[in-house]
Amino acid sequence: MKLREISELLNAKVRCGEDRLDEEHETAFASDLMSDVLTLGDYNPVILTGLCNMQTIRTCEMGNLDIIVLVRRKKATDEMIEEAEDEGMVVMESDFSMFKACGLLFNAGMQPIF
Amino acid sequence: MHLEYQVYEADFVNAGAASSAIKKTLKQLNVSPQIVKRVVVALYEAEVNAIAHAYGGMIYADIEPDKIILKVEDKGPGIPDIAWAMQEGNSTASPEVRNMGFGAGMGLPNIQKNVDKLNVTSTVGVGTTVEMEVNFT
Repeated sequence: MKLREISELLNAKVRCGEDRLDEEHETAFASDLMSDVLTLGDYNPVILTGLCNMQTIRTCEMGNLDIIVLVRRKKATDEMIEEAEDEGMVVMESDFSMFKACGLLFNAGMQPIF
Repeated sequence: MHLEYQVYEADFVNAGAASSAIKKTLKQLNVSPQIVKRVVVALYEAEVNAIAHAYGGMIYADIEPDKIILKVEDKGPGIPDIAWAMQEGNSTASPEVRNMGFGAGMGLPNIQKNVDKLNVTSTVGVGTTVEMEVNFT
């Protein structure tokens, strides 16, 4: 699925990485626990999280994960966006709950990684 | 190549800065991305531990041709039972640490999964030292 379709399905505002919206991604992972996010090995799934602070960006940087969807009406700070832009990441913000966001993406064909 | 970084207690704003710097250095040295990720995930967990659980500390990295040797030495309360701390799900993290997305008791087990050698030593009331090695091949 194109990142653009993900942003449309989740009615999400793209905060950075607009130039990457035509990229295709097939898998997603949802967690508010950053240690869980660090267990994903070589995968680079779309990360859905309600955790919204600098550690969200840093953790994804460490895990080579570069597409982040913030759910539950969480808004990234300018500092977070600055860091994400430096790392070439895509960051989106959706007002939907984690459950709704995951359900919509799953229904539309996004795959879990396990 | 020898690198040193200081980390400070509860400095969550900068947590990960040392790991990020070492990631950039390893990339410049053309270490494979899979190895870089293992090093950085392990170091980041250890760095966050020193910031979250201890009163700060030092990170030492020695990059050799065939491996990286990392030592995270904190001044802190120490770990009374290392075997307990190594088990997934066990954590003594504060609510503040949990709010940052950590404290699920995954840190030390995550480190173990990503390194080739791990040695954790701790003295209650003095501090904890986490020594890690990751081979490049």
